[in-house]
Amino acid sequence: MKVTANGQVHELREGALTELLDALGTPERGVAVAVDGRVVARGQWSETMLTEGAKIEILTAVQGG
Amino acid sequence: MIAGTKFGSRLITGTGGAGNLAVLERALLASETELTTVAMRRMDAENGTGVLDLLRRNDIAPLPNTAGCRSAAEAVLTARLAREALETGWVKLEVVADEQTLLPEPVELLEAAEQLVEDGFTVLAYTNDDPVLALRLEQAGCAAVMPAGSPIGTGLGINNPHNIELIVARAQVPVILDAGIGTASDAALAMELGCAGVLLATAVTRASDPEGMATAMRHAVLAGRHAHCAGRIPKRFWAQASSPGVPEP
Repeated sequence: MKVTANGQVHELREGALTELLDALGTPERGVAVAVDGRVVARGQWSETMLTEGAKIEILTAVQGG
Repeated sequence: MIAGTKFGSRLITGTGGAGNLAVLERALLASETELTTVAMRRMDAENGTGVLDLLRRNDIAPLPNTAGCRSAAEAVLTARLAREALETGWVKLEVVADEQTLLPEPVELLEAAEQLVEDGFTVLAYTNDDPVLALRLEQAGCAAVMPAGSPIGTGLGINNPHNIELIVARAQVPVILDAGIGTASDAALAMELGCAGVLLATAVTRASDPEGMATAMRHAVLAGRHAHCAGRIPKRFWAQASSPGVPEP
């Protein structure tokens, strides 16, 4: 299954959100995830399954403002 | 005091523009700020959680912004992501119209403010120096209104001091001068005009000596606040002697 995370295409075996986050080395704290424009709360990460072509944004705080 | 939270400093700083985190840390400590903005961007190898770790270990609260957003929908999504990532319901709402001016897009800004207040956010709205829009944002439930003195990053100071006074005169929420500060006298003027605080970044982070400028800004905000509370003398056309009578040798 192919999904796009932060603009890059990734191939996933199972399609679980946590499979993607683990592959990207996403830290537990300080980040937020949106799937197809909707925020997925941290508590829901483990039970979220992605669909073919899903667009995932993983954001963190950077210097700014 | 913003939304019931009391801060020991009236200076809110940004983190953008600093050469590296060590320089930024020294500047933030010199400023004695207790609230500092961060932006939300895609996680990658470069964007670690360094700036958050820095704020956490110095007990400075992060204030996520929606910088870069051009529409209400983008700003609302960014604010929701920031709430999830930083575990704070506070947001500096920023919806800009174009890259050249970075001035607020008033229609999208007000729309975003309404949606975020409805969603339970504590909204500090970056706005232009329009007294009408400032009042509308307050009526929409914003916890603070933050008019620009001049466009972001220009260092042009406060272009229309009278508008800032008009905003202050009618506001029931804190007015924080945000954007355009170039040097210490600009920050002092903002406070003399009655602002509750000042938000600045570039003036410190891009100064030749960020730590030194942060110290200057801390003193300027305090001096301006004291001057505002003490009540300045009215301006006069003619001179008025400050020594009595004339000498009688």
